[in-house]
Amino acid sequence: MTTDTSTPPAPPRVPPRAPRAPRPGPGALSRLACLAVQPILSRTVRRIAARHPSLFARLGPHQTTDFLIDPVELPFALHLRPDPEALIFRAVPRDAAPRAGAVIRGRFMLLLELVDSEEDGDAAFFSRDLEVSGDTEAVVRLRNALDDVDGSIAEETAAMFGRPGRAILARLRRAYLNDSE
Amino acid sequence: MSLAELICPAGTPAALRTAVDAGADAVYCGFQDATNARNFPGLNFTPDELAASVAYAHAKGAKVLLALNTYPPAGKVDLWRQAADTGARLGVDAFIVADMGVADYIARTHPAVRLHLSVQAAASSPEAIRYYCENFGVRRVVLPRILTIPEIRQIRAEIPCEIETFIFGNHGLMVEGRCSLTNYLTGQSTNMDGVCSPASDVDYARHADGSMSSQLAGFTIDCFGPDEKAGYPTICKGRYTAPHRPEGYYAFEEPVSLNLSRLLPELIDAGVHAFKIEGRQRSKSYVRGVVRAFRKAVDDIRAGREANMADLVALTEGQKQTQGAFETKKWR
Ligand code: SF4
Repeated sequence: MTTDTSTPPAPPRVPPRAPRAPRPGPGALSRLACLAVQPILSRTVRRIAARHPSLFARLGPHQTTDFLIDPVELPFALHLRPDPEALIFRAVPRDAAPRAGAVIRGRFMLLLELVDSEEDGDAAFFSRDLEVSGDTEAVVRLRNALDDVDGSIAEETAAMFGRPGRAILARLRRAYLNDSE
Repeated sequence: MSLAELICPAGTPAALRTAVDAGADAVYCGFQDATNARNFPGLNFTPDELAASVAYAHAKGAKVLLALNTYPPAGKVDLWRQAADTGARLGVDAFIVADMGVADYIARTHPAVRLHLSVQAAASSPEAIRYYCENFGVRRVVLPRILTIPEIRQIRAEIPCEIETFIFGNHGLMVEGRCSLTNYLTGQSTNMDGVCSPASDVDYARHADGSMSSQLAGFTIDCFGPDEKAGYPTICKGRYTAPHRPEGYYAFEEPVSLNLSRLLPELIDAGVHAFKIEGRQRSKSYVRGVVRAFRKAVDDIRAGREANMADLVALTEGQKQTQGAFETKKWR
């Protein structure tokens, strides 16, 4: 077997698709959006941690890893450090994102469907709709931890905001399904 | 008459419940250590989780098979023995084993629990299979993915145990249980540590033109163009350059998954007792989709109807599928 670590085979040239073209999130708008969503994120992550404590055991040593979750069409990225002692889940402008141990990138609804196991992560990786970089073991642990959660994290989150929350989720799901067809 | 049992994967308790609810006749799973061949980070069961999962499965009429299908290195057999003792105490319905020492221990210590011979044992001849049946009381053999259906029919006529074949999922092509490719690059053994292409040694890099390369232990396994489907970072499915192939080529196999949905009636007719779905490392979404599709297909066939299978290609590696050696020895 011959392996090559420097010059990969030349790929065909076609325009990059969604996961490879994250929006930079123009400064002021991005910061404003981060401020707007932060209370939702904080409530969401605290609730998930309280309801699904077994999730942390599967993360093992990666409870203190910084994950950057990058929904390409949103004006910001998400910084997650799943440390049960000091949980962090915050929206960050892309130009101010922390140095991440692992990066997970894809369309927002795909990421949400993966969290809920409505989509299969490996299939999204095969189709190139999902992109990961950095510490692969951290990503695999996070994926397995979330996959062992029963029920829908998206629906739990939506339910926190009553009928409007559920209506927004339903509309996002419909748009995503129409888009994927 | 073949029962065409559906044997389904579970990497977590939630996946096990998903498989049972989707119609699995039996679910196979493993502990969080080297005793099974999917020893992946964050995957698998603690003893307490297995106890609750066995109770869940049994309450719904499904069986739980415990994979102890790796080979203990010399002097370390205690881990496998303890796992077998724990599994027996928790009431698993069968052990799936590859190593003769592990098989012998279980046959002597837990004779009431069924023994299934793992695909990792690579037993593909009637003589080899009979050896395991006669010496360890093996009740079922999981056949390596190298046999045609006429060969399976022939073997069935010459062995005293049930046959299980893979019908969907990963399609490794080395001699099963003997592949040392991962060991060669990473120092970890697929067959003794239970992991092929360990995640800790895998790196993905995105290039400016939108292509993505995958590396194992610093060696490039493949580079996918911006619009190409991707596969796992396994050496057997890597695309390599060589002096005579500077453009890069799949030296062993391309990213592809096994899908035998169209061959189910023939497999049943050949005497296959149970159908195995690969993928303990996959999500609940995969488990739900694949188990439901094959449950319906098997039920249709049993009822004398033509099986109308859902399209599963989106879940296959590289989004490509093959019937492999089951269709013809010339498949590669
Ligand atoms: S490299 Fe390929 S053949 Fe070898 S253990 Fe891994 S998947 Fe199987």
